[in-house]
Amino acid sequence: MKTPQPGKESAKVKAVGVTLLVLTGATVLASKLNAGIAIAAGIALLIAVFKGSLVASFFMHLASERRMIVLLFVSALLLFVLMMGLIVLARYNVYEGLVHVS
Amino acid sequence: MEAIPYTVKPREETGLYNGKLGIWLFLASEVMLFGALFSTYVILRLGSLKWPAGSSILNVPIGALNTVVLITSSVTMVFAWLSLKEKNFSGFRRQMGFTILLALLFLLVKWFFEYTPKFQHHLYPGKNTFLAIYFVLTGLHALHVVGGIAVNAYFWGPGSRMWTMEPDRFTNRVEIAGLYWHFVDLVWIFLFPVLYLL
Repeated sequence: MKTPQPGKESAKVKAVGVTLLVLTGATVLASKLNAGIAIAAGIALLIAVFKGSLVASFFMHLASERRMIVLLFVSALLLFVLMMGLIVLARYNVYEGLVHVS
Repeated sequence: MEAIPYTVKPREETGLYNGKLGIWLFLASEVMLFGALFSTYVILRLGSLKWPAGSSILNVPIGALNTVVLITSSVTMVFAWLSLKEKNFSGFRRQMGFTILLALLFLLVKWFFEYTPKFQHHLYPGKNTFLAIYFVLTGLHALHVVGGIAVNAYFWGPGSRMWTMEPDRFTNRVEIAGLYWHFVDLVWIFLFPVLYLL
């Protein structure tokens, strides 16, 4: 990781912090749009992914971290996305007549 | 007795000090732990004929308040580490103190304004699938917050003695604690919309 320059770093951290707070407000407002669950989920998850990227990139310094660390963390995230993808795909492969348990 | 190597100096093979590689491996395993539970949520939700809107059971303003509290604590955590980089120990104590207080505030809000009212209305994990996954996910996250408070309080208090003898090593320890704390914040950033808003 590059050595941080405290003055610059402080300004960056404050800017990221304010952006995260504004995006939290945006998430709550977007949920009140009554646009249907699919659109609401899309908007909420898009904002969450953006907020998560900001935290990982700037607070956890992934943006300036060694490639080994980035690969390690991104691999874990990709495995998670793959697992979620398989689950969602499996949903569309349920044979007719299966009774859901609720 | 030989001191533990590579606590400050990076190891040649990895270019990292050992603690940093260790915490990132741990965080990768944490992604899979929470990932498994998020996947469980998706399976339960997609497989359910009826699912309540989170906002009809949970308190959205309180959840949003706790999001603000955790994000602010992440900011103060970075400032605590930056203070050490600037050799400003009193600044570190102040910022780390804020981080710990904000984490305690998160837990107090969670307990008194979220869990307690639900228990008073007999909304326990066994009541329905939504509440079961809500309590498991937020409960596990709260345990992580407790762990973070314990580690941060140690570095704020007795652990800070290391600063006078080995300042670089202490700075690295705080960086590692910070990485964990930001991950806890990161998990909440996804938990809040998934449970409260969708």
